Amino acid sequence: MRFGVVVFPGTWSDCDFHYVISEVLHQPVKYVWHRERDLDDLDCVVLPGGFSYGDYLRAGAVAGRSPVVDALRDFVARGGHVLGSCNGFQILCEAGLLPGALMRNECLQYRCQSTHLVVENVETAFTRGLRPGQVLTMPISHGEGKYHADPEALRTLKARRQIVFRYGEADGRVTRTANPNGSLENIAGIVNPEGTVLGLMPHPERAAEAAMGSTDGLLLFQSLLGSLVEDGSFLKR
Amino acid sequence: MKFRVLVRLKPGILDVQGAAVRKALAGLGFTEVSDLRVGKVIEIELDTATADAARARVGEMCRQLLANPVLEDYTIEMADDLARRGAVR
Repeated sequence: MRFGVVVFPGTWSDCDFHYVISEVLHQPVKYVWHRERDLDDLDCVVLPGGFSYGDYLRAGAVAGRSPVVDALRDFVARGGHVLGSCNGFQILCEAGLLPGALMRNECLQYRCQSTHLVVENVETAFTRGLRPGQVLTMPISHGEGKYHADPEALRTLKARRQIVFRYGEADGRVTRTANPNGSLENIAGIVNPEGTVLGLMPHPERAAEAAMGSTDGLLLFQSLLGSLVEDGSFLKR
Repeated sequence: MKFRVLVRLKPGILDVQGAAVRKALAGLGFTEVSDLRVGKVIEIELDTATADAARARVGEMCRQLLANPVLEDYTIEMADDLARRGAVR
């Protein structure tokens, strides 16, 4: 599977994603500069975290109108997969590729910490190797990660089963105290109705080797690669 | 032509920044402040034949980039309107 990691001015997780894809997952990967429009040779495009264009105006606002994100619309329409993490999630929402928006954390603090994610939808390309209710451990690192959607958009998200991850406790309970940023209904990650575009605030690339404290981030990639579908041993931990 | 765009969080959306500023003001003794919301001012100059055309272009800018329709409302003011009201020198 061929991966592209998009680089905007101000992106900071690009090297981490590139490392994980090439050195841990042993998949072909290249950097994609934000002015590029040609995504034809890619199967999955990653929008990494950081502060694209300095987060000027709003987080992800300028990046959401960049040439590469414009090209993503065709890429997604052709069935390509997109993973946006942190600033990447903000960009996907700003571009209208995912519904809703990400706002300043309710606590007003930048939050850099480990979180537990409760898996809600396993019928997406990124989660089909997981089981419902499974708890993943991944770090967050953001100041603007409070997910917001109006009541109608929230109803649609639920009806189409687009909510993929919620912040929870280690035992899988979704509680107010487990919500690090005030996100609507503890939402940490959502997909498009087709399940091919995933946006999440946590950083899967920072949970990809034992030395990082968790390897749960790899599960998203491995689901995507299909390796878990054949070998279920990995899933039922 | 000069325009001023005011971008605000929609009513009903919690403005945590505004709440923090209100608390800071209370700490300075401005305890009478009952509500405070923080928004953005964007000043735009553009060369367009007519004021109506310019206003339409600025509206398009707001819809496409300057405001996020999920969270924000915007108002567009022409600098001339503001000058007449004494708001701009």
